[in-house]
Amino acid sequence: MFGPLICKPGSSKNNKTGPWRTESRPKFLKTNCIACNMCVVVCPEACISGQGKNTYDVDLNYCKGCGNCAAICPKKDIEMVKEEGA
Amino acid sequence: MKELLEGSMAVAEIVKLCKPGVISAYPITPQTHIVEELAQIVADGHLNAQFVNVESEHSAASVVLGAVATGVRAYTATSSQGLFYMAEVLYNIAGMRLPVIMTTAARAISAPINIWNDHQDVVSLRDAGWIQLHAEDIQEAVDLHLIAYRLGEDKSIMLPVMVCMDGFILTHGMETVDMPTQEQVDKFLPPYKAPYKLDVENPLTLGPLVDPEYYMEARYALNETHKEALALIPKLTAEFAKVFGRTYNGLVEGYQLKDAEKVIVAMGSVCGTIKEVIDELRAKGKKVGLLKITSLRPFPVNAIYDALKSSPKVAVIDRALSLGSFAPLSAEVKAVFFGKTKKPQNISSFVVGMGGRDITKDSIKEIFRLMNGKDKQTEFIDLKPELLKENYE
Repeated sequence: MFGPLICKPGSSKNNKTGPWRTESRPKFLKTNCIACNMCVVVCPEACISGQGKNTYDVDLNYCKGCGNCAAICPKKDIEMVKEEGA
Repeated sequence: MKELLEGSMAVAEIVKLCKPGVISAYPITPQTHIVEELAQIVADGHLNAQFVNVESEHSAASVVLGAVATGVRAYTATSSQGLFYMAEVLYNIAGMRLPVIMTTAARAISAPINIWNDHQDVVSLRDAGWIQLHAEDIQEAVDLHLIAYRLGEDKSIMLPVMVCMDGFILTHGMETVDMPTQEQVDKFLPPYKAPYKLDVENPLTLGPLVDPEYYMEARYALNETHKEALALIPKLTAEFAKVFGRTYNGLVEGYQLKDAEKVIVAMGSVCGTIKEVIDELRAKGKKVGLLKITSLRPFPVNAIYDALKSSPKVAVIDRALSLGSFAPLSAEVKAVFFGKTKKPQNISSFVVGMGGRDITKDSIKEIFRLMNGKDKQTEFIDLKPELLKENYE
């Protein structure tokens, strides 16, 4: 009998890590965004995407709520909000 | 062909015939002769394998893990402290379901340092997930390696197998061995075809991080596979008998059990001595017998139950300890009978032959004699009380 043994490439897509968030999630304000792409680069889950100014957003299925995107944003256009009030 | 061979030479020869592609080992007494001989065989061009010299047993185990992960048959051997140094990797090899085959020359463990034979090293590793087969003599050690490769590499099993042979007694003893031909071995053991392997063209990950959502199932499956191996071992030994003409049960072997009133349960080379004693005592009309356990893991619960359910008195010989508790083999044999109606009147537990102390025919006769009285628990045989008087207060 075999249990979970082998991972084929792409397995992280199947494992939704969003439930790991314990406190807060990023909120993309989409007002002063200059499309510098810094939030995409620093996201450890690679779950932020966007195609131009004020279009960037996060896939909450994978976001662990680390806050790196909010910290790096030069325009302070991303803020971390409490899970419950979001 | 029958040859007079040292145990280590016989094992090296059978490993050669199994054609591993990678061998990696670090020398440690009493395993050394096996890997020395294999290094010579590879250097002389008699085996097309890579012999990887490493700086430690941890590395040796890691090399064979990697080799089997890429789909290559591999072999290693160790003993005692070396086995413990491998321990972390051994659990990984089993968890990754890689059929590494290893010989362990069973030896005492430090401290005090002692290079002679008992079972403390191998028995301590009984929970690593490896299948563990114990040889009584050199011929059986040779044959168990063939069975080990077939068993471990079976697509339904995919587990590592440790062939345990008593250090010095079997590794350095000489015996007439019926060494199979390459043709026979090839007939019994086809080339290894891995059902999964590391391959750059078809990438995958073995042994990844799994969160609580996945872990229990991986361990459950490992445990279930041990039960499946219990069913497969007798089938393989039957097939083995057809090709090589030698019959093993592979799980347990009974000797003069039928009407036996006193039965000793044991593993490894001591079984030969016990058989001698049984022959002598039977000649005097004493109804005594032996149950030899070949497969410590998987533990053959049903076979042990069937063999001992009608035996009035049973004594389990341990050559290992679980310090602070019952001797390990005795505890497991007793567990077989817990809650059963048909069971021995008592099951005693004796510890013998630690650190190479000779187990003589008298030691065995003493055990049979002690079985007359009340049941004994973790009773040491041949202990020297005069050595227990040191006082450091």
